[in-house]
Amino acid sequence: MSRRPLLRLLRLAAPFRWWMLLAALLGVATIGSSIALMATAAWVISRAALHPPIGVLSVAVVGVRFFGIARGVFRYLERIVAHQTTFCLLARLRVWFFAHLEPLAPARLQEHRSGDLLARIVADIDTLENIYLRVIAPPAVAALVAAGMAVFMAAYDLRLALALVSLLIAAGALIPLALRGLARQPGRELVAARGALVAAVIDGVQGMADLAAFNAQERHLASVRQLSRALAHHQWRLAALGAVQTALLSLVTSLAALVVLVLAIPLVRGGQLDGVLLAVLVLAALASFEAVQPLPAALQHLDSSLAAARRLFELVDAPPAVRDPAQPLPMPTKFSGNSISDPLLHVEGLRFRYAPGDPPALDGVSFALPAGAIVAVVGPSGAGKSTLVGLLLRFWDYDKGAIRLAGHDLRRYAQDDVRRLLSVVSQQTHLFSGTLLDNLRVARPDAAPDEAFAALRAAHLDRFVAALPDGLDTWIGEQGLRLSGGERQRLAIARAVLKDAPILLLDEPTANLDPVTERAVLETVFSALAGRTTLLITHRLAGLERASAILVLEKGRIAERGTHTELLQHGSAYRRLWARQQAEQALIADTTSTPL
Amino acid sequence: MNLDRRLLREMDSARGPLIATIGLGALAGLLLVAQAYGLSRAISRVFMSGQDLAGVAPLLAALAIIAVGRALALGGSELAAHALANRVKRALRERLLAHLAALGPAYARGERSGELANTAVEGIEALHAYLGEYIPQLVLAALVPLTMLTVVFPLDLLSGIVLLLTAPMIPLLMILIGKAANRQSRRQWTQLSRMSAHFLDALQGLPTLKIFGQSRAQIAVIAAISDRFRDATMSVLRIAFLSALVLEMLATISTAIIAVEIGLRLLYARMDFADALFILILAPEYYLPLRMLGTRFHAGVAGVTAAGRIFAVLETPVPGCAPVSLAPAPATVLTAPFDIRFEDVRVVYSEGERPALDGISLHLPPGQTIGLVGPSGAGKSTLAGLLLRFVMPTAGRITANGGDLCAAPAEVWRAHVAWVPQRPTLFDATIADNIRLGHPDASDVEVVRAAQGAGAEAFIAALPDGYETRIGERGARLSGGQAQRIALARAFLKDAPVIVLDEATANLDPETEAALLEAMRALLRGRTALVIAHRLRTVREADQIVVLAGGRIVQTGTHASLREQPGLYRRLLAALGDGV
Repeated sequence: MSRRPLLRLLRLAAPFRWWMLLAALLGVATIGSSIALMATAAWVISRAALHPPIGVLSVAVVGVRFFGIARGVFRYLERIVAHQTTFCLLARLRVWFFAHLEPLAPARLQEHRSGDLLARIVADIDTLENIYLRVIAPPAVAALVAAGMAVFMAAYDLRLALALVSLLIAAGALIPLALRGLARQPGRELVAARGALVAAVIDGVQGMADLAAFNAQERHLASVRQLSRALAHHQWRLAALGAVQTALLSLVTSLAALVVLVLAIPLVRGGQLDGVLLAVLVLAALASFEAVQPLPAALQHLDSSLAAARRLFELVDAPPAVRDPAQPLPMPTKFSGNSISDPLLHVEGLRFRYAPGDPPALDGVSFALPAGAIVAVVGPSGAGKSTLVGLLLRFWDYDKGAIRLAGHDLRRYAQDDVRRLLSVVSQQTHLFSGTLLDNLRVARPDAAPDEAFAALRAAHLDRFVAALPDGLDTWIGEQGLRLSGGERQRLAIARAVLKDAPILLLDEPTANLDPVTERAVLETVFSALAGRTTLLITHRLAGLERASAILVLEKGRIAERGTHTELLQHGSAYRRLWARQQAEQALIADTTSTPL
Repeated sequence: MNLDRRLLREMDSARGPLIATIGLGALAGLLLVAQAYGLSRAISRVFMSGQDLAGVAPLLAALAIIAVGRALALGGSELAAHALANRVKRALRERLLAHLAALGPAYARGERSGELANTAVEGIEALHAYLGEYIPQLVLAALVPLTMLTVVFPLDLLSGIVLLLTAPMIPLLMILIGKAANRQSRRQWTQLSRMSAHFLDALQGLPTLKIFGQSRAQIAVIAAISDRFRDATMSVLRIAFLSALVLEMLATISTAIIAVEIGLRLLYARMDFADALFILILAPEYYLPLRMLGTRFHAGVAGVTAAGRIFAVLETPVPGCAPVSLAPAPATVLTAPFDIRFEDVRVVYSEGERPALDGISLHLPPGQTIGLVGPSGAGKSTLAGLLLRFVMPTAGRITANGGDLCAAPAEVWRAHVAWVPQRPTLFDATIADNIRLGHPDASDVEVVRAAQGAGAEAFIAALPDGYETRIGERGARLSGGQAQRIALARAFLKDAPVIVLDEATANLDPETEAALLEAMRALLRGRTALVIAHRLRTVREADQIVVLAGGRIVQTGTHASLREQPGLYRRLLAALGDGV
């Protein structure tokens, strides 16, 4: 962890400090009203007991009524201001975080691997959203109330003020802090126990068929029972600490009334304090403890907020994998480079590893991609095919070698300029929650509906969309219409058509499709995006007759290269791959001609 | 009032802690009254009767003891409530998991599995606040104000009436406003979660946005959406907060009314000062348990929601065998080799739904391999599930060596069946323990032999700790092909006479596919086998091929015969082959 997370969090919240102050003051006014209600009420009945003329009480009676109403009003105003502030803070946190994460994606996010990292980020930001309401506000309000009570008590006697403030500090800070220290270890064990139980239950439910088939369910249930018991044991330890806290807070509050009495009674007897005030001081002291009630919970929220902040800052503090050069080269508007000797893209001795110490993902790869040509890269998974795409897209910086675009190293251009030249259809097409049109406009924000529709037509998705009741305005993604794998890929093709970039990267565009759909989608790709300089990456040997060159990638190196026919004649690795797939086709050797 | 009768019944098993919770809570309430009484007497004696510190010292000492007693009672009540919640939670969780196991894999399949696991852990934990906070608070909210009323009424009728009349208004208002507020807070929650969903969506789509050069433009979108949601939410909240305003006011205004009312009577000497002070100290405490109930209302809502999900599972009946199966099993039924027949079997998962399988009659002769092909959704997995007794026939029966399969308990039958699923679950344990799944006592030599049979030996040896490498959720990740080989090793170790095999379709590279095929072939030799074939050559070598579509058998025959006839099989072959 680089710098103190709390300080950085407060700095993020700084623009709203006046609103937060206003909310805190309203919080103080709320609790202040309660204290004043009890104090004036005590004064009214104490004074009334001395049977004065009624006029003496009239102001105080108005005060009692006022404070009785004021508390609710102040609480209402406080909530409005506090929530308004919270939402503003939340918006700022999201924007700030997204802006800081944007340069890091996707390289730095992939390093964390864990699939739920992004969900974790969202949950962490939601945790921070409450930092004002639950962490900053309660101690601020408590401190102000304590200060107010100190002034009030000191007006009669300094020792009263000292005693009350000490007890407020004990109840609001010392006891919760001490117990938090004691709860730390059991708390950690509780989290671990809960994690173990969750894992075991998920195993048991998702693997129920496996367990049942092997008659292992009883055994698994026994282990879950044990974990459930362990969790209960840790919860019990924490509950015991919680009960101690409740008891101590109650004791300190009761003690405060007694201490005020012990200190004030001699003052009354000695004539330094009007007897009417005795009940006032006791009841005001008791009422002031409302301010410290939320502090133990605030401490817990502080811990979870800090943990969330630490994770977020750690993520954001990572240096981006790729930085733009200080003075990027202007991107040429016209490209030549349509020969092997002078290609549009030229990869030379490319070497890359994801982390120092890792085996190289690419180890000296060289090839040329002339304008208008189709070059294919094949090989088993893990050979480095997707790495190559990542490097071309400038998601990572390569270690050695070069990728030249129109004669200049890719690293000398701005990343956005490079990406503007590339259209990508990959195996996983991300669809945003939004309309079909929104999703198409990712490729070109200013695309008119008829342009979008033309792109859909090229991707053979026009009839599908036209049949939808809402057409281009159909909501898709998480909560909307679910598209099939083939439809998703066609949407990706339509995006590529809209973007109309000169270079096309096909990164296993049909990997998740069944063979029938695969064939149809591939045909659409090559018809819709014909004429573009294309790099086709695949582990299935489909459609490779179209390629002017095929590179066989194995363990980060190019094992063989040539055309389909050349490789079939001379290449051993390619022939092996081909033979395997032919073996399967042998199964249906005499039926291939049957139309589907 | 957010009560779930089924949940309350569960509390019967924890009567001890329940009584302790309520008893200690009531005791704390009584001590609170005593404390207020002591304080009012002490102040009155000094203020009205002119006594000094020494004079009230015994009273103050008694107050100190009461304070300690009250602290202990409060802490004890909280602890007892926790014990109550813990006991009910543990019992419910164990019952829930046992019931899930009884319901079987057919119930826990697919997308539902995540939700079920969530119910068993988070759902049960959500009951904690309901059982340990809401229910005890509910009892106290009735008990403590009642105790106070019995004390106040004899002292001062008027104050008693004010307290009595205002008390029911709080829960009443809470119910009235709560319903509206609940709807609103749910709406607010949906909006907030929708905003989170958009944020998550933008994060997940960052690489896509980047490729299209739109990632920085998204920042403005996030800001705009946040603002829009803020405005929408605030207009809702403003109304919701009004309800809180009314509740707060009711408590403070009636305290104020009581203060003025007793103050005036004091003025005309119609009341004793000590009694008046006593009532004033009690007044805010009187409303406190009721207001606390309001803050715990959400815990109550969450608890009832969770209880709904838990009892929905617990009340699902465990599927049994069709009543045809009453005859006791002859000994031969459970003796290998097995000759298995499906006789006009029909499976309907839920009433009114199209049957998953219909009119299935099928013969699996001993030692033969039956290949099962068909488009997805044809009922292949259901057929395999029947053989494993994961699924019960809705009609018809399955016999082994002439006896109804139902006559034997599922566990006994399953001891004779090995299963290699398409996507096996690897448990959070070592490789060796994962292979040992069906045979916890198998020796290391047996485990290694099984792994060799499955062609898993090479990759296991390459792992850092070999057979002792931890895998599963928190361990090393294995590829789809490797996981399948572990599943094959399980089957080799089990050495059962019947095999159900679901071929892997995941993106295996050709090398892996070939190795798996070899291992599968070895496993099937000499066993009665049902193989769901997707694209491997096992289907060609099967003794018989069954083509399923729409839950019915549409074709049967050998590869050679089926290939000659026009029909689904030929079309499937064409699709399988041409895409490669």
